[in-house]
Amino acid sequence: MRLRLVPETTNWDFFSRSKLWLGISAFMIVLALISFGARGLNYGIDFRGGTTIRTQSEQAVDVGAYRDALAALELGDITISEVFDPNFGPEQNVAMIRIQAQDETDSVSAETIIAAENALSEVTPDIRFVSVESVGPKVSGELIQTAVIAVVLAIFAVLVYIWLRFEWQFALGAVVALVHDVVLTIGVFSEVGIKFDLAIIAALLTIVGYSLNDTVVVFDRVRENLRKFKKMELKEVLNVSINETLSRTFMTSITTLIALIALFVLGGDVIRGFVFAMIWGVVVGTYSSIFVASTSLLWLGVKRDWTKTDGKAGTQFADIDA
Amino acid sequence: MLQIDLWKRVLIWAVCIAGLAFALPNAFYTRVETHNDAVAAIEVAGETPELAAQSAGWPSFLPSSLVNLGLDLRGGVHLLAEVQVEDVYKARMDSMWPELRNALRAARSDVGTIRLQPSGDDELRVKISQPEGMARAIEVARALSQPVTSITAAGTRDLDVAGEGDVLVVTLSEAERTAMDDRTLQQALEIIRRRIDEVGTREPTIQRQGADRILIQVPGIGSAEELIAIIGTTAQLTFQPVIGRGSSADATVPAGQEVLPSLDEEGVFYTLETAPVVTGEELTDAQPAFDQNGRPAVNFRFNPTGARKFGDYTAQNIGSPFAIVLDSEVISAPVIQSHIPGGSGIITGNFTVEESTKLAVLLRAGALPAGLNFLEQRTIGPELGQDSIDAGKIACIVAFIAVLVFMFLSYGLFGFFANIALLINVGLLFGLLSLIGATLTLPGIAGIVLTIGMAVDANVLIFERIREELKSARGPARAIDLGYEKALSAIVDANITTFITAVILFAMGSGPVRGFAITLGIGILTSVFTAIFVTRLLVVMWFERTRPKTIEV
Repeated sequence: MRLRLVPETTNWDFFSRSKLWLGISAFMIVLALISFGARGLNYGIDFRGGTTIRTQSEQAVDVGAYRDALAALELGDITISEVFDPNFGPEQNVAMIRIQAQDETDSVSAETIIAAENALSEVTPDIRFVSVESVGPKVSGELIQTAVIAVVLAIFAVLVYIWLRFEWQFALGAVVALVHDVVLTIGVFSEVGIKFDLAIIAALLTIVGYSLNDTVVVFDRVRENLRKFKKMELKEVLNVSINETLSRTFMTSITTLIALIALFVLGGDVIRGFVFAMIWGVVVGTYSSIFVASTSLLWLGVKRDWTKTDGKAGTQFADIDA
Repeated sequence: MLQIDLWKRVLIWAVCIAGLAFALPNAFYTRVETHNDAVAAIEVAGETPELAAQSAGWPSFLPSSLVNLGLDLRGGVHLLAEVQVEDVYKARMDSMWPELRNALRAARSDVGTIRLQPSGDDELRVKISQPEGMARAIEVARALSQPVTSITAAGTRDLDVAGEGDVLVVTLSEAERTAMDDRTLQQALEIIRRRIDEVGTREPTIQRQGADRILIQVPGIGSAEELIAIIGTTAQLTFQPVIGRGSSADATVPAGQEVLPSLDEEGVFYTLETAPVVTGEELTDAQPAFDQNGRPAVNFRFNPTGARKFGDYTAQNIGSPFAIVLDSEVISAPVIQSHIPGGSGIITGNFTVEESTKLAVLLRAGALPAGLNFLEQRTIGPELGQDSIDAGKIACIVAFIAVLVFMFLSYGLFGFFANIALLINVGLLFGLLSLIGATLTLPGIAGIVLTIGMAVDANVLIFERIREELKSARGPARAIDLGYEKALSAIVDANITTFITAVILFAMGSGPVRGFAITLGIGILTSVFTAIFVTRLLVVMWFERTRPKTIEV
């Protein structure tokens, strides 16, 4: 007996409540934007400049004592937090200390870091500094710019590709779904306050890639069914296509989630934020390819007369043979 | 129909075997690393029994390239330095002044007396007492300019000369500045490389980034401070004539002179001529040594040009002091006792043995042409890296097993084929990473885990399609055939779009993010290959053998 995530044949109507789904999505987007506007993102030093020191000691972390020790150095804004992770041994007490940027361009000078390390060593003699990272505001400004360009460029490149391979309505539908996913992810980050750094941008782009992957598979089937059922209403065609690909959509999402959850639990705290972004992205991406991308496509409408103008559209790869 | 030519079968298996062979060394990482180090050492220093034993730890007929571990996994220091190219403009203008002065003096009848005005870093402002001779002054200054030595700026000259009233203004031209920036960067790269080599760590990465930045990554050292102490020092050594000695830093001096503090005498300042007699660039050697009183010192030797300049100067100025200046601080200002013809000498000061050793290293490696600003510094301890590798390994294995079980439960025999393909896929991924010498970072490991999850996608698409085709009651052979054929366009489109984002990540990202883009991109290539070629071959081989009347997917 095979494991089946969805019944062998489904005939669910995904559009009967399309307004409700779009409404929920729109509401979530507004929430995300409000959260982003009100709380902002918890930018890491990659984007804000400054220094983070990761400490490790056998002695328990004493945030108050650390703060007092560093306050004497007058380094401005300092955040100290203890890090917990199921992978840590009993003798592994880890803290993250963040110090604001000290001048306009450069990273924090070696002397300042040594002074901070010495102050902490007095509090906890066996403390070790397992990583020290410092980014100057000049570079962090550029990094933020590059990151935004990367995300925009990715979305644009995808828009063009889908436009070439499908029709502009498909491209627009896919991009609406992408923007939906990216905005919701950013919203979650600002709401939960997870550190937003360069790796998260990589995660965002991966979400873009994944969400698209899903959307394209549905659209590919829509394209095929549009040719197959020439007289069928667009809504019906979309419904049939989503139902036909539903089992695949779930399979792939589940295998990807299995892998990501393994990484989330076992991969250590350093990349947990990154993996969290991707897990969220897979869930949202799966939802959006069905409810956002397809619904947008339904509202935009498509040109039905495929055969006359471009009979080979979408089949030019089909002659690849093993 | 379900037929694959023999040559295609051979080719597919050959690619798989080659990929796995290239991936193999990574399973024995330390052993292969020792082998590689030993082979490199034998090449350089000849064979010793010990090295031979180490290199025998891995058979030489097997591939031995490994995936590079990024700094976040191996531990080490990452620095991004900005070269202050403007420093060089000033040095250039300072050294030009005597030449310009002499040229203008030769034309004294037309321009009158000349006086250097306070000038910006990249210009010389010279006041002439006969403003009507400005045309002549400009002509004289222009005669000093040279064509710019760079390919892109052919036909331009290195100096812009203009007159503003009675002031002659000589500035560096735009083309010359660009060319100089370029040279400065090249020099700085070379010097940093030499200094790091002197310290002797393995496989440092020293790369130019953009117009004026240098990226330095040194694995295996524990603190950025240590590295900055080595490469951050300019070590600009000059020998300058001394005009006077005083106790104030703010003494006003005429243009062409400067006031510099003494290195070890508190409150003592020297007035010096700005243009140096000789500079550290003309040193050929520097060694730590001891002076006649047994104190640490540095011995140095000039090259022939430097030796001649130094000899001539000492011959003409017996009895007057000259200053040895390191990075704008006077180390010592001895009085010239006699003509020093041999071109070698000794620098004494209040050095400790370590300081004299470090100074000798810096002088030998050469001075940085300009100062460095450190924009970014990251130190990752080796233990954190090892923790990440261990955690990543466990996560990979668990993810792998979970996906294998899930696929088998969902698709039975076909799931089993997909699983074999997935194993080959990860092998190929590591093989390719090793082959191109890519760097594996922590996000890169996440990329591999993600690939494991997503790699089955292509197979899922195909298998679901075969199920559908089976429903419309075609024979199994036809269903399999159609399944592959019809799933192809979805597979290609879905993977190309993901690949586009990986390429953009690679182009725009840096460091760890780039490592992620590489594993993601290569993972897409290998998973498409294994899905549409390897599983298909497996299915076809199975089908040919059993010829089932019905199949269940």
